[in-house]
Order: sequence, then structure tokens, then C-alpha cells
Amino acid sequence: MPSAAYVNTLLFGVYPYICLTVLLVGSLIRYDREPYTWKSDSSQMLRTGQLRLGSNLFHVGVLVVIVGHFAGFLAPHWAVDPFLTPTTHQLLAMVVGGIAGLIAIIGLSILMVRRLADPRIRLNSRKWDIVVVLMLWLQLALGLLTVPLSAFHMDGALFETLTTYVKGVVTFNGAAAAVMASVPLTYKLHIFLGFTIFLISPFTRMIHIWSGAGALAYLFRPYQIVRAPQSRAKEPVRS
Amino acid sequence: MKIRAQIAMVLNLDKCIGCHTCSVTCKNVWTSRQGMEYAWFNNVETKPGIGYPKDWENQDRWRGGWQRRKSGQLVPRQGGRLAILTKIFANPHLPEIDDYYEPFTFDYEHLQKAPELPTTPVARPLSLITGRPMDKIEWGPNWEEILGGEFARRSQDYNFEAVQKDIYGQFENTFMMYLPRLCEHCLNPSCVASCPSGSIYKREEDGIVLIDQDKCRGWRMCVSGCPYKKIYYNWTSGKAEKCIFCYPRIEAGQPTVCSETCVGRIRYLGVLLYDADGIERAAAVEDEKDLYQAQLGLFKDPNDPAIAAQARADGVPEAWIEAAKRSPTYKMAVEWKIAFPLHPEYRTLPMVWYVPPLSPIQSHANAGAIDSVGEIPDVRSLRIPVRYLANLLTAGAEAPIVSALERMLAMRVYFRQRQLRDGDGLGVLAQAGLTVAQVEDMHRYLSIANYEDRFVIPTSHREQAEDAYGLKGACGFTFGNGCDSGAPRPTLFGGKMGRRKVIPIRLVDT
Repeated sequence: MPSAAYVNTLLFGVYPYICLTVLLVGSLIRYDREPYTWKSDSSQMLRTGQLRLGSNLFHVGVLVVIVGHFAGFLAPHWAVDPFLTPTTHQLLAMVVGGIAGLIAIIGLSILMVRRLADPRIRLNSRKWDIVVVLMLWLQLALGLLTVPLSAFHMDGALFETLTTYVKGVVTFNGAAAAVMASVPLTYKLHIFLGFTIFLISPFTRMIHIWSGAGALAYLFRPYQIVRAPQSRAKEPVRS
Repeated sequence: MKIRAQIAMVLNLDKCIGCHTCSVTCKNVWTSRQGMEYAWFNNVETKPGIGYPKDWENQDRWRGGWQRRKSGQLVPRQGGRLAILTKIFANPHLPEIDDYYEPFTFDYEHLQKAPELPTTPVARPLSLITGRPMDKIEWGPNWEEILGGEFARRSQDYNFEAVQKDIYGQFENTFMMYLPRLCEHCLNPSCVASCPSGSIYKREEDGIVLIDQDKCRGWRMCVSGCPYKKIYYNWTSGKAEKCIFCYPRIEAGQPTVCSETCVGRIRYLGVLLYDADGIERAAAVEDEKDLYQAQLGLFKDPNDPAIAAQARADGVPEAWIEAAKRSPTYKMAVEWKIAFPLHPEYRTLPMVWYVPPLSPIQSHANAGAIDSVGEIPDVRSLRIPVRYLANLLTAGAEAPIVSALERMLAMRVYFRQRQLRDGDGLGVLAQAGLTVAQVEDMHRYLSIANYEDRFVIPTSHREQAEDAYGLKGACGFTFGNGCDSGAPRPTLFGGKMGRRKVIPIRLVDT
């Protein structure tokens, strides 16, 4: 029986790096070797129905949540402390994250029902499509559960612990996992599932997130694109 | 001025018999795959009708093409760059597959395996999307074939604008024409402009508009961006696909499959030299009715030594300049002015042009009393209203259509008079503004339509762009993941092409 400390280090000290490495290297390999499979895989054409409502709610909500996580956990102290006390910082995160998470989970629920109940969509879904939807739903639910839990500790201490952990992970601080030992289970599950989603992303349609960010380049390109024959010449393909 | 060359197509609608050979050969070659069953890179519509996909000409609904702002600036009708990006999660103007039709097959197996029954066994329709039986096939790619369906629905045809359409619902006044449609390979393509990934491009050397399948992310903005609805979302591969103008054939100097197999010999392919620097200005002229003339102004005369010299300086190969001089499309569009762009008001400057069809003369109360202007029958007495053709081909400007129809009628009158020794036909030529040489040429190209006159396609110069030695032994067409044998192959990244084996379908009785 491995000790609790060992499991803690494995899950929160080692596992994140495995996930992030697979995410990064896997995405690069797929981008380079299998560009034809790189897509958002929209099912809107098969059934518009509730997709517009569900997809817009989900994507807008989840984008706010993602940006919130990055800003909340990675912003250095000197950029935050002059403006926010730990309590207000936590309150801000709970309110903005809670609302955005709620919007996202409502949207995702609509999308999930559509994917599972509409035969057109269901029969043309890959297994991964369904797994991803379920995982994301669970992750949003866990995230939302942390909001009422946090309300019991408005002092910002737990929040500070989590911040220390996240900063530790991104700065390759091997000791960071230790602070996770005392964190409540819901948070642990949320973090574990979050890294797992990173892990599976390169093998699923989730890679379209990279392209979504890449699509911002559209804002700065001319409308028309003309390619000369020289620029199109590719390496010949052999099996 | 920057001269570029494009292989343009002209379709002589006067000779289209609506046989769909173009559509079928195209389908067999390019879209007989899962995910593309509903897609017809080339389709033939019976007009008047709402077409395929339903109501495609209604840009208030689909938001295709360009919009001219008061400042004179052009933006895609579905919105500028930022507006398009905000629609990326769900495109509000994307047609659903039912707007095309739900692809189907039939349960043929049942005909073989049915037990002895009191009635003849029936092959029920099966959806190719779900594999399940369909209650009823409700729409198809050619539902309005030869005026099928009720007039009330067909009369929603956008081209009836400013036409007193009610009388055309009456049997004795009815009219029809065929409209084969394919990608227009526009000079100012709005699909290219709408693509957030920048995966669609126009080829510099021959003007063919293609989608880079490796770069397409399936954001599907091009589907709504194209006013002709000629970009199709492959619901299996998750990528957009479109007519590729059979570029592998064009590169080898061969006509596209639709042109090659056209039974009525209505299709023409030839080089047009155009001024690439003038595109923006031509597409943005204020009055829609001037768009046809503006686009015509972009096409430069290859017989003008100054133009040829400029073309050479801009890198157009000598063989292409020579081909441009013999180009049937140049003759029809520019010299004789009998071919027109489809819906120039979309401001995309389309490069597949149409010769409007003549139609039987509407006999009036007194049979035999044909209205004529001079020696040419009055084109306004033709069954197809001029305004209808003008709405289709010149954004409503009737004068160019009238002139083209007169020229085609004049050609007939001229040859009739000569054949019957009923005059020299010169009077009618003068009236239509044609010379004897021109009308003889028109007759040769339109009536005889020899293969070598219809298709003047210079080969491409790939050897200048690619290392032919390196290509030796490489595979031809692939889906980007090594040589493709055509069989679905699972990969780590879900690269399997077909997820379900659709045919033979396993019938799921519900």
C-alpha cells in the first residue's frame, strides 16, 4: 500500500507533467503528421436545432472560465495585491467563475442532450466525442461545486494554497504537490480531471482550441489569398 | 496593371437539354464518398424554382457574397472579420443538411430476401446519415425538375423580382430553362474572405479556387459566405469541400469532367487575361447594374501587343497568351457579348458565364402574328421574360440581355436567309451590330461547337514550380497521411475516414 504522500506526489507532482507533455508533444505530432484530422468537427450541419443556443452559451462561458483560471492563479502578487484583498479576490473569482461556469454548464447540458438523444448526431459521434462531452460536464460540475465550498472559508487561505500549487507546477517546483495534501477532495478531483482533459486533448476534437486561438490571425490578414505555384509545392508523399 | 490568367467557363444555356450528365459524371468522380452524398459540385436546376439548396439566391436569408458600405468599402455580407469570428461557435446562416436534402439509398436487399408476400416487396428509403428508414423522401437535389411541384413554391424564385409572375403560373404562359451550376471560381471570392483559417485560396496561374484540406478547420464560414452555396461541409471528414474545377485535368490541358461529358456541347473553356489590380474597384462600383460592365472591363485583349507584353512581364507563360488569343470564352464574353456572369450583384466577380437561352415565341391572339423589330423577332415576345434573365445574369440590367438575344436570333435569321436564298442577311447583321466574319464565327462556335474550338486549355507549367525528379514514384492523391489506398485506416488521432460502414446498410427497424 503506497503511502498517502506518495499518491499525492504522483497525482499532483508527476501526473500534471505527464499530461502537459502529452498535450504539447501530442498536439505538435498531430499537427505535423495528421493535419487532415485537425478540425473542430462541428455537427451543426446535421442538426442546427439547439446547437446555436447550447454552443454559444458553452463556449462563451468556458472561455471566461479558462481566462479566469489563468488570470486568477498565475497573476503575480505584485499585480494583484495593490488592488484586491485576498477575500475580495476570492469573492471576485467565485462570482465571475460561478456565473460563467453556470452559463457553460447550461450550454453543455443542451449540447449533451443533443448529442446523446438526436439519432443523427449520436450515430455519427465518435466514442471520444461523447467521452469528451461527459468529461467536460463533470469538470464544470466539480468546478461549480467548489464555489459553495469556498464560501465556508472566505479568508482566502485555501485560495492561496491552490495558487501556490498552480504556480509551483508552472515553475517546475517539485515541492508544490505537498501543499495539495490538505486540500478538500472536490478540489483534488477538479484538478485531477482538469489535467486528464489536457492528457486526452491531442487525441480528440479538443485540439480545435489551438485553432480557435489561431483564428485570431484572421483579424489581421487581407481578405483575399492568392497562392503562387512555387508556394504550393509540397514534399511528395510516400507511404 | 497586373495581368493574370484564368481558365474561365461559359455555358450556352440555349443548348442545355437538362440531361444531368455533367452532374452525374462529376459526382462519380469527386463526391461519391461518405459525408458528401448530399453534395453536388455540379448540379442542374430547372428555373424558375428555388433551387439547391433551397432558396440559395435569397441572400437576406443566407448572407452570401459582399456588401458595399456607403464608404465604397466591401465587406462580406455575413459580417466583417470580427463579426465572423463571433459567429464561430455556431454559424447563424449555415444551411442544415435538410436545406439540401437528406441523402438516401434504398433497402434493395429486401427485394432479394423478402419472404413470399401477398404484395410486391418494396425497397424502403434509408437515410445515409443514420442508416434508418425514412418515412418519405421529402426533397432532393433536383426536386423541381421540369417544373415539378406547385407554382406557388417555385414562384418564390428570387429572379421573379419586378416580374408580374402570376401570369407565368398559367399553363399557356409557363416557361422553363435549365441552369447548370458549379463553383464560379470568382475573381473576388467571398468564401476566401470568410475563412478564419485562411485555408481557401485562389491559384495565381489559372484562377482555380481551392480549399487546403490540411488547413481547413471546419469553421464553416465559407459555406454561408459563398452566395452560390457551392461550398459543402463534409459531415464525415469535418472539412469544407468544393468544386476543384478538375484541376488535375486542367493542368494536363484537358477539360473538366462536366465539360468533357456534356452531351449538348454547351460548355466552353478558355483563358481570360484580367487586370488583377482592378478587381477591388470593379467589385465595388456603386450601382449593381454596372457590375457586369465593370467586370467586362477587367478582361484584357490578348491580341493587343501592349497587353501581351504586360502579361509576359507579369509571368504569364507564352502558351497561355497564345491560348488567350484563341479563347472561346473571350470571344463569347467580350467580343460578341453574349455571355454573362451569374448574379453579378453578389460582387464576387464570378468566372463561369452563361449565354442566355432563347425560348419559343409567345404566339399572340392571332397565330402567326409574330412581333418583330426590323427583321429580328422581338425578344420581348419570347416566352422567358427578359427581366427574369436580367435578374439572373446582369443584376436587372435588361439592355445587355436584349442585345445578346438579338444577336443570337440575328445569327439564325442570317443563316436562314442564306439557306433559303431569301436575301443576303446583311440587313439583319447591321441591325444586330455584327459583321459577317463575326456571325460566321458565332455559328462555328455555337452551332457546330467542335471539341477543339470549345476547349482551348494550355497545360500548366508545374515543372517550373516543383521538382519533377522528387515527385517520381510519389503517390497522387492522398488525405495527407501517407499514400492512401482508399481503405479507412485507424490512427492514433482518429484519422479513420469512415466511422460506419454504410453500405450495405444494416436495417434498424424502429
